[in-house]
Amino acid sequence: MSKKRIIVVGNGMVGHNFIDTLANAECASQFDIITFAEEARLAYDRVQLSKYFSGASAEDLALTTEADYQKQGIIYTLNEKVVAIDSHAKTVTTASGRVEGYDKLVLATGSFPFVPPIPGKDQDHCLVYRTIEDLEAISASAAVSKTGVVVGGGLLGLEAANALKQAGLETHVVEFAPRLMAVQLDEGGGKLLRRKIEELGVSVHTEKATTEIVAGEECRYRMNFADGSFLETDMILFSAGIRPQDELARQFGLDVGERGGIVINDYCQTSEADIYAIGECALWDNKIYGLVAPGYQMAKVAIEHIVSSLLTHEEPAASFQGADMSTKLKLLGVDVASIGDAHGHTAGSQSYVFNDDVEQVYKRLIVSADGKKLVGAVLVGDVEAYGTLLQLKLNDMDIPGNPANLILPVSDGSEPVGLGVSALPETAQICSCYDVSKGDIANAVQGGCCSMGDIKDATKASTGCGGCAALVKQVMDAELTALGVEVNNNLCEHFAFTRAELADIVRVKGYTTFSELLENHGSGHGCEICKPTIGSILASFNNEYVLKDELISLQDTNDIFLGNMQKDGTYSIVPRIAGGEITPEKLIVLGEVAKEYDLYTKITGGQRIDLFGAQLHQLPDIWKKLVDAGFETGHAYGKSLRTVKSCVGSTWCRYGVLDSVSMAIALENRYKGLRAPHKIKFAVSGCTRECAEAQGKDIGVIATENGWNLYVCGNGGMRPRHADLFATDLDDETLVKYIDRVLMFYVRTADRLQRTSVWMENLEGGLDYLKDVVINDKLGICDELEAGMTKVVDTYQCEWKTTIETPEKLKRFSHYINATDEDNNLLYVRERGQRRPATEQERIELVNLETAAD
Amino acid sequence: MTTWISVCNLSDIDPDTGVCALLNGEQVALFRWGNSDTVYAINNFDPFGKANVLSRGLIGSVGERPVVASPLYKQHFDLSTGECLEDTEKSIKVYPVRVEAGVVALGAA
Repeated sequence: MSKKRIIVVGNGMVGHNFIDTLANAECASQFDIITFAEEARLAYDRVQLSKYFSGASAEDLALTTEADYQKQGIIYTLNEKVVAIDSHAKTVTTASGRVEGYDKLVLATGSFPFVPPIPGKDQDHCLVYRTIEDLEAISASAAVSKTGVVVGGGLLGLEAANALKQAGLETHVVEFAPRLMAVQLDEGGGKLLRRKIEELGVSVHTEKATTEIVAGEECRYRMNFADGSFLETDMILFSAGIRPQDELARQFGLDVGERGGIVINDYCQTSEADIYAIGECALWDNKIYGLVAPGYQMAKVAIEHIVSSLLTHEEPAASFQGADMSTKLKLLGVDVASIGDAHGHTAGSQSYVFNDDVEQVYKRLIVSADGKKLVGAVLVGDVEAYGTLLQLKLNDMDIPGNPANLILPVSDGSEPVGLGVSALPETAQICSCYDVSKGDIANAVQGGCCSMGDIKDATKASTGCGGCAALVKQVMDAELTALGVEVNNNLCEHFAFTRAELADIVRVKGYTTFSELLENHGSGHGCEICKPTIGSILASFNNEYVLKDELISLQDTNDIFLGNMQKDGTYSIVPRIAGGEITPEKLIVLGEVAKEYDLYTKITGGQRIDLFGAQLHQLPDIWKKLVDAGFETGHAYGKSLRTVKSCVGSTWCRYGVLDSVSMAIALENRYKGLRAPHKIKFAVSGCTRECAEAQGKDIGVIATENGWNLYVCGNGGMRPRHADLFATDLDDETLVKYIDRVLMFYVRTADRLQRTSVWMENLEGGLDYLKDVVINDKLGICDELEAGMTKVVDTYQCEWKTTIETPEKLKRFSHYINATDEDNNLLYVRERGQRRPATEQERIELVNLETAAD
Repeated sequence: MTTWISVCNLSDIDPDTGVCALLNGEQVALFRWGNSDTVYAINNFDPFGKANVLSRGLIGSVGERPVVASPLYKQHFDLSTGECLEDTEKSIKVYPVRVEAGVVALGAA
């Protein structure tokens, strides 16, 4: 039997979801999947589009790659628009004239941004916000603009405003309705959202109807409003809603709705039985669903129907029955959620409202006439309750106890009111993006999953918008507990404490040695886990010389000889080059030393120079020369501050706004030597072009015209993460103060070998909590944190300088205790003019050669 | 009859650390247990990393067993038997060792 041909028109999020699901189905081999993408690239995550402005690349946003499609055998064509459908011949025709036959045709053409018919709307800097190409255009326009306006104060409009703000523009939102997010929020919620957004520096103008866009006086354009007022701006972004992309259906005889949208039935079939429509282009029960989760549901339904009609001829199990449009998101850093009937239109419904002007929290519950069922909710500023409320609504459960308790703040000491996950039925949908139920997660746990990572891999739960992460974790934990799995966070067999607990013990008790701690709080002799961990904690708080008699046996492979051990047991040497700035004289010294000891020389990613292949006994001689020339240790061997990378900044660069090099050097000199749970990297960029890649660092600093923007908790490496914007427009003093606090809080509370990124993600409350602790001093510990850092800064010493000045410490720097010979196992070959360790094969050949020569 | 060859003073080995001694062309890793005069001697060659580095590993206990963790990839070797805890096939040689009058001596066959 020949394969059935499925053509998917459109490769957006929903089209891709359809393809990916079908290609991974058991019956995948019975289909040829063919897709045409109008854009220049395969599907990407439009939901996260604004991340493009906080540094995400097109690759970061991609949902798949061409290689993946090729591997899955999917036939795809980019930049190719389908222009005609012949439903009798069952063929489609593309813009380039290609004709392809289909058994089933799936239209996933999505939507396009609606631009109101305002005179002057087609000018160069009047743009829309939907595709990566749009973003590139916005980026280019922003670079030559100071002010930007978003037309539309809905969900997408506020996302777009975030993008403009991140691009550094003075940002305005112009909305026709009397409030922001009029669809999802009631008046109280909209009012608070506006207040919060305005406090972030975005100006909001409601009840403004734009009548024309003309040339401006101060700025490039002037927008004139119906009420006679005007606003000047250099660029305009239209985000006034979407319209279904139904052109193809319209031209070729499929039924479309009065206000657009391809009419579909419960199986996502259009008026032609072999043509389906899914996602934002489809009109079901006269409704367009502009969220991704309903689109994914439609994809699933369509696949089942296609499989049953072409292969199994069984009745399809799934049908589309509408979708819940509840939503939880962060707009410009403000938490907002809306559930069900947020406006209280349900007959007889009643409301509970909690409004806290001081903490800026608004919550409203809408309950049924009898007060037993939840029909809707609005949450702004605090969306903790979203998971619980959504489950109550989706599962039509009775509200437990007094409904008011669901939104009232928790007083100290009492347990938050909510329904435990145990109350949820097995069928409760936990992840709406991928339709994962409580039962699915429980099954995954029973099948061996015991971390969020496992659950994500096994069920895809929480890999879409991520809004359900907390709930997924609760379900997982409850299931683990039910299975009797005890979650053990002990550091190792010698200490029944976490690293954070040990750090507290050391701090409170004032311990200075490992033996005190082992004797009073541990057992056994210690190991390669607890010794370096405690060595690091002691160093973080006491900052003593790490090779001191009582401390030396705690130091790991690298620290114990103040060098980075390489695969053959030799060491690499990395002197500090603060901020990457080095004089020619010092550069020559490095060259001379490297030449004298024949060290393999390489530039590091942190703007320093790494010299490889030094033997133990050579380290003190080499460091003597370096210290004499004014170098200090670079701590490349430590779990400690590594480098503060910088761009050249305003001193030389035509675009630099502030002196990034001076700041980088100051920061590197301040934090050098700080021992931490893991290595720490910084960078400072002199303008938003971000040449120092600060957003990929634990601490990133970017200059703006108003001061420094501070980013925290990013990293490269195995699991790269962009840093989060932590505070903006800081002066030098505040910048340093915040960094002091963040780092010291990290040192106190992180787990062993936990980078700042994972640490922050695991903090309950995440970035907001960290801001609360560091900026608002929520815990009242900022003075202590700063004092801790001051102590570290004041007691800095160059460990290598101390070592070469302490003869008894130098004894250990020798391969043999009883001989001056060198390790006879070291073998090198030369490559590109430098020395490198011989490979296994080369070793055999070299040894044979030597034997033959004997 | 074992011949004892003195290789260093006990005080040359910092408590809970190791050094490497050369014994008739062989590299021997010596470890001092805590502040005591117990010294262990095993071969210095790491069979996983294929380098002479074991004397530079951290020592500690796994249950009751004294062990060193390789500084390269952290496999554990029992200091009194040379057994590798992760892979007994990769176990290593141990040497007779004694401490007398503050002098560490290795037994040569």
